[in-house]
Amino acid sequence: MTTSRTPETEITVDPDVPLVRITREFDASPEKVFRAHTDPELVAQWNGPHGTEMRINDFDCRTGGSYRYVHISDGNEFGFRGCFHEVRPAELIVQTFTFEGIPDGVALERLTFEDLGGGRTRLTSTSLVDSFADRDAFVASGMEQGVHDSYERLDDLLAR
Amino acid sequence: MFNQTVEYRRMTVAADPLSRVFSALADPTRRDMVARLAVADATVNELAEPYDVTVQAVSKHLRVLEDAGLVSRSREAQRRPVHLEAEVFDLMTKWIERYRRQAEERYRRLDDLLRSMPEDAASTTPLPRTGAQT
Repeated sequence: MTTSRTPETEITVDPDVPLVRITREFDASPEKVFRAHTDPELVAQWNGPHGTEMRINDFDCRTGGSYRYVHISDGNEFGFRGCFHEVRPAELIVQTFTFEGIPDGVALERLTFEDLGGGRTRLTSTSLVDSFADRDAFVASGMEQGVHDSYERLDDLLAR
Repeated sequence: MFNQTVEYRRMTVAADPLSRVFSALADPTRRDMVARLAVADATVNELAEPYDVTVQAVSKHLRVLEDAGLVSRSREAQRRPVHLEAEVFDLMTKWIERYRRQAEERYRRLDDLLRSMPEDAASTTPLPRTGAQT
């Protein structure tokens, strides 16, 4: 159905540790991919779920900096914020990530930009949360109306 | 009804069954048992055959799979074959695939953006932004 121009996104859901790892290769240098993650004007152009508008309030992508942005979908606003714990140009971003609707929950995210040579980059993004339930909510989030139907179906299946 | 925060919370709480499925499948023996049950139902004795473990150990694995909703045992007397609940298995796979596709969608937008970015800007090592313009 979909023709892939580059090897497609791979997802690893770890069974032993509550983390999700996403790997994807890009036809661009690590410097370029890094800049698309650190320049707020560029970030707003690609990040966020499909069909949502992203408004960045604050984006200070350097070690010790912080960010806050809002995803706007059907008039609803979802705020997200976190701190940039460690930022090394074209190499590494370690940041925290919190959905403001659940302020006690925080994910620790690690993005590595690996130079594959020939102007290609492998981006690995790892999100670690503090419980399996939170991790699974992550995986199931953004599924809009489908998610509740799915849960109900799963509840039904498990209740049998 | 459209309090999205509540919706998110509900998902966090309701996601727990998925955790049970993931941890049930974390064990290689249980994964193997699921793979065999995907082909056909089997009794505990049949399931125990290829492994160098006791029937009791296999029963213990089956209980974990049963608690996760992945397998069920019929009430049929004596034989009690184990049956894989393929729907639960598929549902989990589907969730992960949805999540993967969303990431892929996002990264395709990033592909387009990277293509439109000037090369010379990329060749100079970017300094971390101060974010002063916002």
